[in-house]
Amino acid sequence: MMEKMIFGRYVPADSMIHKMDPRSKLTIIFLFVCIIFIANNWLTYTIIGVYTFLMIGLSRIPIRFLYGGLKPVLWLVAFTFLLQLFFTREGTVVVDWGFVKIYAEGIKMGFYISFRFFFLILMTSLLTLTTTPIEITDGLESLLNPLKKLRFPVHEMALMMSISLRFIPTLMQETDKIMKAQIARGVEFASGPLMERIKAIIPLLIPLFVSSFKRAEELAIAMEARGYRGGEGRTKYRQLSWKTVDTLQLAFLAVVTIMLIYFRS
Amino acid sequence: MSKAIVSLKEVTFQYDGQERNALNHVSFEIYEGEWLAIVGHNGSGKSTMAKLLNGLQFPKEGEITVSGMKLVEENIWDIRKKIGMVFQNPDNQFVGTTVQDDVAFGLENMGIPREEMIHRVEDSLKKVKMDTFLHQEPHHLSGGQKQRVAIAGVLALRPAIIILDEATSMLDPRGRAEVLETVRTLKDEKALTVISITHDLEEAAKADRIIVMNKGEVFREGTPEEIFSMDEQLIELGLDIPFSVKVMKAFRKQGISLAKHYLSEEELVEELWTFRSRM
Repeated sequence: MMEKMIFGRYVPADSMIHKMDPRSKLTIIFLFVCIIFIANNWLTYTIIGVYTFLMIGLSRIPIRFLYGGLKPVLWLVAFTFLLQLFFTREGTVVVDWGFVKIYAEGIKMGFYISFRFFFLILMTSLLTLTTTPIEITDGLESLLNPLKKLRFPVHEMALMMSISLRFIPTLMQETDKIMKAQIARGVEFASGPLMERIKAIIPLLIPLFVSSFKRAEELAIAMEARGYRGGEGRTKYRQLSWKTVDTLQLAFLAVVTIMLIYFRS
Repeated sequence: MSKAIVSLKEVTFQYDGQERNALNHVSFEIYEGEWLAIVGHNGSGKSTMAKLLNGLQFPKEGEITVSGMKLVEENIWDIRKKIGMVFQNPDNQFVGTTVQDDVAFGLENMGIPREEMIHRVEDSLKKVKMDTFLHQEPHHLSGGQKQRVAIAGVLALRPAIIILDEATSMLDPRGRAEVLETVRTLKDEKALTVISITHDLEEAAKADRIIVMNKGEVFREGTPEEIFSMDEQLIELGLDIPFSVKVMKAFRKQGISLAKHYLSEEELVEELWTFRSRM
């Protein structure tokens, strides 16, 4: 189940978006999060919407995968809508039930904010659906590289991320093994009252922790034996390549931004 | 005998907070191009030895020399370039997210240019017959395959010495055979020196020379034949003698004498099926 949450996210496909450099994708997402706040009327929101769906189309990701990522946050979108609907007190009163008044501005803001939310979620899911975790790690490492001058441990962070990614399936397998071992010894994980079930996690977590620390220590020794001594003087095997598509995509986003600024009220 | 590539002189080592020395005045030499097995049961100091040879720990007393360099803190990185290590747990030494990334890890550490890296990664994976698994993730590999990737990772660094620190103890018989076969071929091909630290005497039986460790000291040193002739003593040291030796012992008890004191499994089979015709 957990595996699906983390790894089932990436959907391999041979699309323009998949082939893009993770750096440009990360930059675009970051800029998108900023420019979405420029939109403030129907026209500009439509531009954002068209842009989002155009990207989804280009990624060739089936809609059901996007829906899978959206489902858990959909109620949040609805909640935001209702919040805006009831608590904005501007414009003309549309509905008056005495104890609740709904204003025209409230309806408008409700739609705007929830759409903003909706598009943000779509775009960020698109990133994780079209980019492998390790690509994202490499992209982040490369983008954050200038921070090295400020002594920010960029390389160490990226290495930590990639090692965590590498060990997630291993720990998953191990959890499964320990779980079976404990079930064989009579621990009930799936039934019983809630408190009992929470308590049942303890004999699962403790062996897992103990073995993880052991793993960490052995891994550190193995890394040292293989000559690891920090990021300095290290070369990289995996390489990112900035392609024309990436430049075009960024340019396109710039055009969208200009349109947004021009059409905003 | 060819010249010594590693030599230990009066090496003593003690872990912090322990009364007994893990190693006690240990001296021996390892010769270039040989396959040396260091055997001993748990706590005999054999794994400590591996850590010392690679500068992961430093001796309290005594001196270790690796290909002419005295092992001190200043040159451990040069020495680690000469010595490749394969550890016990296949999972806990797999650093990369895929097979190729893992092999490249050591090369990245050494700052090898990328073009050279690609070449070396491919080459060393071919040597261990894992070149079709380039993009495979570790959790889809068997233990034996992971160990072979680990060997490729070591090989890519072009070391002179490979240390197998219980590298086959967590593998099934097939994985064990795979790994040992790979190391054997590579050793012959590249004139490597192999130090295998193990408690499996079947594995040690394939070595050129065996050092038996007990309580932090060198108990006995010799060829497999010499070592296995002290069978009772080996059992007292908590080591299990190889199957072929057990069978031969049983034959001797029955008053049937075989040609040599020690035979490997294959030799024993050969001996047995030709036994009558020689009588």
